[in-house]
Amino acid sequence: MRIFDPHIHMTSRTTDDYEAMRAAGVRALVEPAFWLGQPRTSPESFYDYFDALLGWEPFRAAQYGIAHHCALALNPKEAGDPRCAPVLDALPRYLLKDHVVAVGETGYDSMTPAEDHALAHQLTLAHEFGLPALVHTPHRDKLAGLRRTVDVVSESPLAPDRVLLDHLNETTVKEAKDSGAWTGFSIYPDTKMDPHRMVAILQEYGTDKVLVNSAADWGRSDPLLTRTTGEAMLAAGFTEDDVDKVLWRNPVAFYGLSGRLDLDRESPSALHEGNSLLRGGE
Amino acid sequence: MNPDTWLATALDEAADPAATGPGGLPLWEVRLAEAGRVCGPAHADAARTALLRAARPGTTALTRVYRHGTAAERRAVLTVLDALVPDNSALPLVEDALRTHDTRLLAAALGPYAARHLGAHAWRHAILKCLFTGVPVSAVHGLPLRAHGDAELARMLGDFADERTAAGRPVPEDLHTVLALTAVRPAVPTAPPTDGARPGAVRGEEN
Repeated sequence: MRIFDPHIHMTSRTTDDYEAMRAAGVRALVEPAFWLGQPRTSPESFYDYFDALLGWEPFRAAQYGIAHHCALALNPKEAGDPRCAPVLDALPRYLLKDHVVAVGETGYDSMTPAEDHALAHQLTLAHEFGLPALVHTPHRDKLAGLRRTVDVVSESPLAPDRVLLDHLNETTVKEAKDSGAWTGFSIYPDTKMDPHRMVAILQEYGTDKVLVNSAADWGRSDPLLTRTTGEAMLAAGFTEDDVDKVLWRNPVAFYGLSGRLDLDRESPSALHEGNSLLRGGE
Repeated sequence: MNPDTWLATALDEAADPAATGPGGLPLWEVRLAEAGRVCGPAHADAARTALLRAARPGTTALTRVYRHGTAAERRAVLTVLDALVPDNSALPLVEDALRTHDTRLLAAALGPYAARHLGAHAWRHAILKCLFTGVPVSAVHGLPLRAHGDAELARMLGDFADERTAAGRPVPEDLHTVLALTAVRPAVPTAPPTDGARPGAVRGEEN
């Protein structure tokens, strides 16, 4: 089973997780920029974080043969903090970088005017830089948030089929799908979705334009739940080709819209004249 | 676009530092960012160093490009320092790269510019860091000349070997290579003391 995790926050995970993910079949991932739990107080804190997503994390991932890509944005939880707003002006120089395959995650947290502005602005940036957008849908007041998100997307210059609406569930999947966007589902141990509910959604709505992610971060989460979901699909009668479509070909197609996916990275042993790099963290 | 055509155009554009691209950024900096996906991984490093040599940025612009750059862009900047910066004003970039644990950045930082300008203490720690992180010391420019007669480096290597042995762990093979280079061999002309920069001695060393 080859797996592309289209949404995982590796900066919050250990190198052991990279090793376990590789063993479970993960060969590629996208790490969207998000909130670190502790609110940031200045734009510079974001720039160091963006640098890590463009430097250290791809390096760590490469040790385990995992192609690391990222999505960059001012995230929904901090979009309302005026101290962080200047990040929007600095984004263009980062959106040019290799391995930046989307703007994200953007979207709503509390549905404030500042979040309206950040979302609309970043959808426009995605359009200008030829990138798709990963749009987080809110955890509180979810259906209303989904509807407002769909409205903002439809008013933006970015076509809906270049948008991935993420963290969907049973209550939001239909309207998200009807909007023409790609649909993303985060599989969590307790919240969001679980593998069996995910299988039920796939049975009802099919596998087209569906992406399944672990969204693993610093909270209670599991980077191997993509694999568990693939196994649950097989147990429910889906074919291996169905699993490959959901866990590999769909994310490749969506992020491939950027023209920047680079899945054929150098093997870890080739990275430095055949020398093992696995001792790098000493 | 065909990568060769793209690079030829980009090199022409780089000769005009006033040209701007998306987001109002200098055009050559935009091309530097895009080079990887256009030229492909096998040619990206060569394309980026060619762009930098064409644009001939000074230390201020190199510092900006490094600070805003991906790991690949930073490697390219480190690679061209010796060609573009005549003094030690870009040393903070080398020191920044040596702070990381990205082995490809470490290797790029230890080129001829570091051989020429890096102080003895920082240079010795960089060598030790190579041994710790598995960067082959063959990547270190000017190693034989700088290591020659360096008793302090020899002491550090010996202590590191003792620490590894005490822990029952293998001593990196490269440690013996460097240790041998620190020995004073009367047949070889003695190098000057290892403190500070030694422009003349190291510049001629190509390896």
